[in-house]
Amino acid sequence: METTTISRAISNRMKSPYPGWFYLPAAVIFVVLFLMPMLTSFYFSLTRWTLFESSFIGLDNFAQFFREPFLIKGLTNTLIYAVVTSGLKVIIGMLFGVFLTSRIMARTYLRSLVFFPVLVSTVGVGITFTVLMHPTHGLINESLAVFGIDGPAWLTDPSLALLSVALVDVWKGVGLATMIFIAGIVSIPKEYYEAAKIEGATATQQFWRITMPLARPATVTVILLSFISGLRSFDLIWSMTRGGPGFTTDVIASVIYKQYQAGFYGLSTAGNVVLFLLISTIVVPLFIFLDRKATTQ
Amino acid sequence: MKSSWRYVWGVLSILVSSLVFLVPFAFIILTAVKDKQEAALLRFTWPTAVHAWSNLIQVLQARDYMLLLAFFNSLVVTVVSVGLLVILAAMVAFVLQRRSSRWNRVIDLLVLSGLIMPPAVVPTIWVLQELGLFKTISGLILIEVAYGLSFSILLFRAFIATIPRELDEAAVIEGAGPIALFFRVILPLLKPVVVTNIVVQSVGVFNDFTNPLYYLPGARNVTVQLTLYNFQSMFNTSYNLLFMNILLITIPPLIMFLFFNRQIVEGMTAGAVKG
Repeated sequence: METTTISRAISNRMKSPYPGWFYLPAAVIFVVLFLMPMLTSFYFSLTRWTLFESSFIGLDNFAQFFREPFLIKGLTNTLIYAVVTSGLKVIIGMLFGVFLTSRIMARTYLRSLVFFPVLVSTVGVGITFTVLMHPTHGLINESLAVFGIDGPAWLTDPSLALLSVALVDVWKGVGLATMIFIAGIVSIPKEYYEAAKIEGATATQQFWRITMPLARPATVTVILLSFISGLRSFDLIWSMTRGGPGFTTDVIASVIYKQYQAGFYGLSTAGNVVLFLLISTIVVPLFIFLDRKATTQ
Repeated sequence: MKSSWRYVWGVLSILVSSLVFLVPFAFIILTAVKDKQEAALLRFTWPTAVHAWSNLIQVLQARDYMLLLAFFNSLVVTVVSVGLLVILAAMVAFVLQRRSSRWNRVIDLLVLSGLIMPPAVVPTIWVLQELGLFKTISGLILIEVAYGLSFSILLFRAFIATIPRELDEAAVIEGAGPIALFFRVILPLLKPVVVTNIVVQSVGVFNDFTNPLYYLPGARNVTVQLTLYNFQSMFNTSYNLLFMNILLITIPPLIMFLFFNRQIVEGMTAGAVKG
């Protein structure tokens, strides 16, 4: 009896054109190199760790994380950076999207122009803008000087440095947001606009009443995508300021790297856990909230 | 009247966006062909003399041809990891889309977590070290596969949903096993989304900086993005060489962009319409 059910199960499995073992190679790589490190990070964040041996120290690493001013700075900077970059990408991307779906000259050229920085090496962009933002010799301030404006010390002024890096992030990433908005706007049936025109709606009304609500999935995608990448951002900040001046542009990801370099593996892993919790507590509710609003509308 | 306004708007937008988006690239090219003293001024000016060739040779020869080695390493990492990614992700997406079981929700959750969660760096190094893969090219390849799987699975899955099931049934009746069904029937139909996957993922892997920084330190296994980082300190006074380096590593994505613009945009914006 038992053997027949088992053999039937086996033969069923053999017969299925969708065998479970198709998951196997991908699953092994994913579990070993992504999932397992993620799960063990919760334990190692509670230890003093040398990679060879670890001693349990409870929540000391986290206590240190929330006690040291420069680590707290990293936390708030991460949030500021994510909010600023994703906010600007949504607004500018939306404007570009509307503009680049309207009947204008050189549309394809402009779309390519805006999108190309997305594909360029982040470190390359970082180095280039570090030079362009040089307080005295940089192209940006020299151009401003032509108009009689005394440009700020973009990357060396502690109160401005984080914002400057965020602006470069927007420059590099807004093309992707734009393309997502274009895809969303193009999918809106033309009939709505025609009907609105017959009813005498102005362009502004059409934007707020048709484009905005119907391009909502695109807006949700851009918000989530850019917010997550903002929280995780590392390359650009590292190649432009290395977290400086002082700790004014440190974010969690750069703190993780610095602590790793300094050999504080437990503390570095605690940084990872903090980032994990931050993303879960912000992005998951945001995801559910935006998703629900989209389905009820 | 209205059309002339449109004309003014058009010209203005072309000028402004060219200024904002093209000038940084022009700056890279101009600085890359200047001589050392002129490049050090950081000016946006036409070079008094073009040193493109000698700068190129100098960058390539620096540190025992490190850049050439880096290009080779990056090429290997990109080709192998993207090849693996495409096959493995397509297999997962195929079964995940076709077979509904109680595991599906778990797998969906894992795919999503792979997409949004940052990898735990030091524990990953620890695992790699235990496996003897830390600081090896193969280790980095497997890392790129692990981190890229989620995105590829989602892309494939949406596309497989549009392939009618009757096709599978017909193939099975013809006597095709799972392997023949997947490789002979399904995979060829996936060609457009395979191209999209290859292009988007290879640009991503080629431009990856963080993962080689963590998992592949050391000069022998350097990848292109790290040369920039290493040269940044070394070329501190030689901006012409630094920018020649940036220029060189921008060329592969540029080529991809010129040939596969549509696929890249489609792949990266997938899901924007449906949400």
